[in-house]
Amino acid sequence: MGTNLDDEESTLSHIESLVVREFSAIASNWRSSESAQAYLSRHNIPVLWDVDTRALVRHIRQVGALRGVVATDGTPATLLVAEARALPSMAGLELASRVTTEKRYVWDRGSIELTASPWHEAMGEALSSGETQKFRVVAYDFGIKQNILRLLVDHNCDVVVVPAKTSAEDALELKPDGVFLSNGPGDPEPATYAVETIRSLLGRVPVFGICLGHQLCGLALGGKTFKLRFGHHGSNHPVKNLLTGQVEITAQNHGFCVDPDSLPSSDVEITHLNLNDHTNEGLRHRSLPLFSVQYHPEASPGPHDSHYLFRQFTETISHWKLSGALRRGQAKA
Amino acid sequence: MPKRTDLKKIMIIGSGPIVIGQACEFDYSGTQACKALRNEGYEVVLVNSNPATIMTDPEIADRTYIEPLTKEYLEPIIAVERPQALLPTVGGQTGLNLAVELAESGILERYGVELIGASLRAIKVAEDRLWFKDACRKVGLDVPTSALVNNAQDALKLAGQLGYPVVIRPSFTLGGTGGSIAYNREEFSEAISHALDASPVHEALVEESVLGWKEYELEVMRDCRDNFVVVCSIENFDPMGVHTGDSITVAPAQTLTDKEYQRMRDAAAAIIREVGVDTGGSNIQFAVEPATGRMIVIEMNPRVSRSSALASKATGFPIAKIAARLAVGMTLDEIPNDITRKTPSCFEPSIDYVVVKIPKWQFEKFAGSDPTLGTQMKSVGEVMAIGRTFKEALQKGIRSLEPSSPWRAPADAPVSLLREKIATPRPDRIHWLFVALEGGMSSKEVVELTKIDPWFVQQMQEIVAVNRRLASVTVETVPEDLLREAKRMGASDEQLAQIWKTTPAAVRHRRTKAHIAPVFKRVDTCAAEFESFTPYLYSTYEDEDEVEPSDRPKIVILGSGPNRIGQGIEFDYCCCHASFALHEDGYETVMINCNPETVSTDYDTSDRLYFEPLTLEDVLSVVEREKPQGVIVQFGGQTPLNLALELKRNGVPIIGTAPESIDLAEDRRRFGRLLDELKIPQPKNGTALVPEEAARVAGDIGFPVLVRPSYVLGGRAMVIAYDLNTVQEYVAQAALMGPARPVLIDQFLEEATEVDVDALADGEDVVIGGIMEHIEEAGVHSGDSSCVLPPVSLSPSVLARIRDYTKRLAKALQVVGLMNVQYAIQRETVYVLEVNPRASRTVPYVSKATGVPLAKVAARLMAGRKLRDMNLPVVETDGVAEIAVQDYYAVKSPVFPFNKFRGVDTILGPEMRSTGEVMGISKSFGRAFAKAQLAAGQRLPRKGAIFLSVSDHDKRHVAPLAKELHALGFRLIATRGTAAALEAAGVPAEAVYKVNEGRPNIVDLVKTGKVDMIINTPLGRESFYDEKSIRRAAIRYNIPCITTLSAANAAARGIRALIEHSFEVQALQSLHVKKAAAQQLPSSAD
Repeated sequence: MGTNLDDEESTLSHIESLVVREFSAIASNWRSSESAQAYLSRHNIPVLWDVDTRALVRHIRQVGALRGVVATDGTPATLLVAEARALPSMAGLELASRVTTEKRYVWDRGSIELTASPWHEAMGEALSSGETQKFRVVAYDFGIKQNILRLLVDHNCDVVVVPAKTSAEDALELKPDGVFLSNGPGDPEPATYAVETIRSLLGRVPVFGICLGHQLCGLALGGKTFKLRFGHHGSNHPVKNLLTGQVEITAQNHGFCVDPDSLPSSDVEITHLNLNDHTNEGLRHRSLPLFSVQYHPEASPGPHDSHYLFRQFTETISHWKLSGALRRGQAKA
Repeated sequence: MPKRTDLKKIMIIGSGPIVIGQACEFDYSGTQACKALRNEGYEVVLVNSNPATIMTDPEIADRTYIEPLTKEYLEPIIAVERPQALLPTVGGQTGLNLAVELAESGILERYGVELIGASLRAIKVAEDRLWFKDACRKVGLDVPTSALVNNAQDALKLAGQLGYPVVIRPSFTLGGTGGSIAYNREEFSEAISHALDASPVHEALVEESVLGWKEYELEVMRDCRDNFVVVCSIENFDPMGVHTGDSITVAPAQTLTDKEYQRMRDAAAAIIREVGVDTGGSNIQFAVEPATGRMIVIEMNPRVSRSSALASKATGFPIAKIAARLAVGMTLDEIPNDITRKTPSCFEPSIDYVVVKIPKWQFEKFAGSDPTLGTQMKSVGEVMAIGRTFKEALQKGIRSLEPSSPWRAPADAPVSLLREKIATPRPDRIHWLFVALEGGMSSKEVVELTKIDPWFVQQMQEIVAVNRRLASVTVETVPEDLLREAKRMGASDEQLAQIWKTTPAAVRHRRTKAHIAPVFKRVDTCAAEFESFTPYLYSTYEDEDEVEPSDRPKIVILGSGPNRIGQGIEFDYCCCHASFALHEDGYETVMINCNPETVSTDYDTSDRLYFEPLTLEDVLSVVEREKPQGVIVQFGGQTPLNLALELKRNGVPIIGTAPESIDLAEDRRRFGRLLDELKIPQPKNGTALVPEEAARVAGDIGFPVLVRPSYVLGGRAMVIAYDLNTVQEYVAQAALMGPARPVLIDQFLEEATEVDVDALADGEDVVIGGIMEHIEEAGVHSGDSSCVLPPVSLSPSVLARIRDYTKRLAKALQVVGLMNVQYAIQRETVYVLEVNPRASRTVPYVSKATGVPLAKVAARLMAGRKLRDMNLPVVETDGVAEIAVQDYYAVKSPVFPFNKFRGVDTILGPEMRSTGEVMGISKSFGRAFAKAQLAAGQRLPRKGAIFLSVSDHDKRHVAPLAKELHALGFRLIATRGTAAALEAAGVPAEAVYKVNEGRPNIVDLVKTGKVDMIINTPLGRESFYDEKSIRRAAIRYNIPCITTLSAANAAARGIRALIEHSFEVQALQSLHVKKAAAQQLPSSAD
């Protein structure tokens, strides 16, 4: 299928290597602008192919996530194993500040339109709605996926992306209607700066977190996180929304997890549950406007079942604004 | 949500006989649904007319009715059983249509029966093309422009507006019957009239063509809490224009990005919600324009389908089983995934392999039919192959088709021929594609000509490139890397042997020396993310093996491969039974098969399932890994039998009748000598390799003679020859067809009655399972003949001889297991036509009719148990043990696919052409026959006009029949000769013109609905062609057409029964109640 600019989720490719059973020599797709091979070589990413990848997955399932090296220079295996063992484990590693944007920036692009039909074009005008209310959102970049930003724009948000270590006060100075906490790599526990930020934002502005953002919320609310044996990866994880009883098929990519028992149940409500291993997938504050999910509702890749969370975010904002006006009104009175 | 407790008894309607477009996949889905509902504690009432199914085994449902699938038979069943609900979504289009009929006629309401799984409204929205399009547009989805028409003028006008080519789809037909694509006005005129006739409501959709677009299917499920999952995505290798049942298909979809796939997924969710399929599975088809990505919705099936069976086998996600549970109110998240045990079914399977399905066609059975593939499905079966790459799966799939000989292109085919051969989709296109690429045609040109996605063409190019490298070495010089690469791409030893001009054994030897052997990986729904507990395996050339064989005593059962005419569901039924019986006896059972439609490839059927081609190489690989105590080859039809001797030579322990005995029975000369020794008569016969020899042999025997090739199943390419010329022509042609194999020439016994016998033997004792009398006379292939059990017209002395011969034959051949003997009885002489020491097509029918599961008993005999220890309900007659037949008749009737093959003559002969069968049971023979006819789609009339035209020979015997019909109140119409014969016998008859005599002729009468039944018995060549048009018209206008006098007599008895009686129904469980008590055979597991 090759690659195309529309489907990129980051300005850089963050993988060290790609391991596959078979690598397609050609790209065959109407949107493809560059073959996978060209793309990967442009980003200097080696591809290891013709590998029994199923055996690899089974191995990881049995022994847990592993560190590894890919080499092409004939280094003896024993040396490579030693090298891999010397690599730092993800546990205890703070990576968000390494991948975050250096400067704040404005994001204004919504989701791409796949080719519409002549019929859609004819219908287009009739369908476009006249909604105008805009929300000002500050998005913390801990390693953010661009589709989150696109979906925020789709939901009428004016988005400013800020570096991971932006303080709560600096963020609030931007007069946001809501704050978004992004996904990102690494162990959440050492990212104490972010935990502090969230604590100080809590109750002052609606907050929505995804993935690492969710783990940081868990920590900020007094909970603990732990490392999963081999993490959750892929686009077929069933997650039950405990508030509605409905199941969403979700995209996931995380190695750490919030321990729900560590959270103060008086303040925090568990909202989502992974049906495969019953780990925590979402939470919300019982009285203050904060909610977060462990999985990737922005998908890309993955199913769109959880897009409703973005609407929930803007609804939370609207509600908060309204109640804020009431609060202010009461204060004046 | 917990299951509903207000329901106690649920009715399931099966899909009836196997026809093109509706095959064993509905036995698989129906069986799963029955088992699932019973496991949840519901009582299940099953109705299906097809005795060859597992679902109609008395253990599968609580109450099993083998009755015609028509409203008038369903109503009394509902009245007796009083189910609270009807599940209409697991019995194919037949089940769904019947449910709609029952609902609309008020029957369901009258008896308080609720439709579960899909509401009447949902079914109608999904099935009605216009309503469906409206529903799609309502949720913002694009559909092809189209309109419904009910007359030719409107249709022509519309086609002009849309621009040619246009697609024509008749409403409410199976497998696209009557559908086509027209490229110009002339083609359109003919096609639209055919389509309108094919539609039961005389309506067709004329639609914008999306020919050449990429075609996709999503198999989706939804529960009553609105949870929605996509079980599997399927991409068609053949682009739009070829019916998906006739397309090579690939799972998962290979050429969509995530964005495009998710758009399709969103569309599917929106559709199933809008249509209102509240619970269960649906199949939704999409087309995508390759250049722009425009996506349109093509259609939806609001039920389990052929594709859902494929998706279940491709992913390990049992759609029908889960759909049944959802229908009673359970939700996806509370149903555990069988394979992982720990995770719920509310997920989307991930696949770390590629699945390829290839259809199996049999145009050679239907002389005169056009093998071009289009919007009407014409394949009779399919294979599925699993590999780690598309290339591997494709090559495994191609060899799973079991070509009788390797496909070879004519040498030096000119480019113009290549272009034509790949541009027009036909069964052999896949082979021509390889030929074109091997010949150097560019991928670009192939894509332009075929519209096949460039990615698929590239994969084929890569296979061709490796083959080229292979051709430059020999079996001795091939580097190990290259050999491994070829095997990893799915090349078989046989293919490599062809390239290297050596034997597969030599390739195997070379491979073993280099330690290149397959490993087996598991189908686990989750790409190894979780541990799997169900050993569902496929071979591949990788590092890690996941077989984990046990050391329990185990038996391997070889399945029957793709469905084809002559080798269908009956053999799969036997294989399943072998597995059930041996599992009950404590063996670990191992199934090998490659047919995704079947119950045998359900991972629930055997302890271990290998989804593999049935070739020597693939079977040996499994056997080497599993090291079984025994391998069963006698249940899967000819496919495993063809492997038997080679397997034995390779040290495989074949159990049951020795392969040598099977071989002896197939060897005419040796078998003839055996019959001589036993002093058992057989028709005079001989063999010939060349025309001159044939002339001499036929001369010695005397005409007419039956001519056929050796070693065949389903009587492929047999003819009855009345003259020397025909014989010589046949032999000359046979010599052209393939390697020198003799042609068999037999005395043809005219006016003989044919009899089939199924028997069990253990090497010491013999038990006759059933004696079946054919209703059509000898000469009609046994698979195409109706038959009745017990016999109705055989004399005691003939029966005694049949019993005696059967017993002696079983002993002489040292049969252990099953044996089928075909006899012809001519003037009280009993001739042996054929002996097959293996399971036969009639085993399931006899088992259902007698209540004794013959295949299960046979499997136990093969494993070493003895008949005398089995406590079978037998009676001794003439010193031979025979399974007792109660006081009722069971008639089996065949079902033909003639409506799919326009222009093909429907006359029955020695070439088998039926695809399926039905059974009618009654205390009276006439009514059992009428029921079977009705179940087979031949609705015998109760009044009106009957057309009679019989051969000169039959004119002597037609009078009693005509008198009976006249007495029943029918008007008789006849051709001049027959009319004169009738007048002479004192029966009034109106004369009518033959086709070539003037007008209005008989065909005009048929077309204008003035004839209610046709009795037309041609014999000899002349009338054969003369009256073809009458029979074709009968098919087209769906009028019963009977082509033998014996069948006509049976029909007369059937009509009398219809007139005299109301509808009688009986459950198998009541029928066999005494027997079940006496028998004490352990019943099948769950």
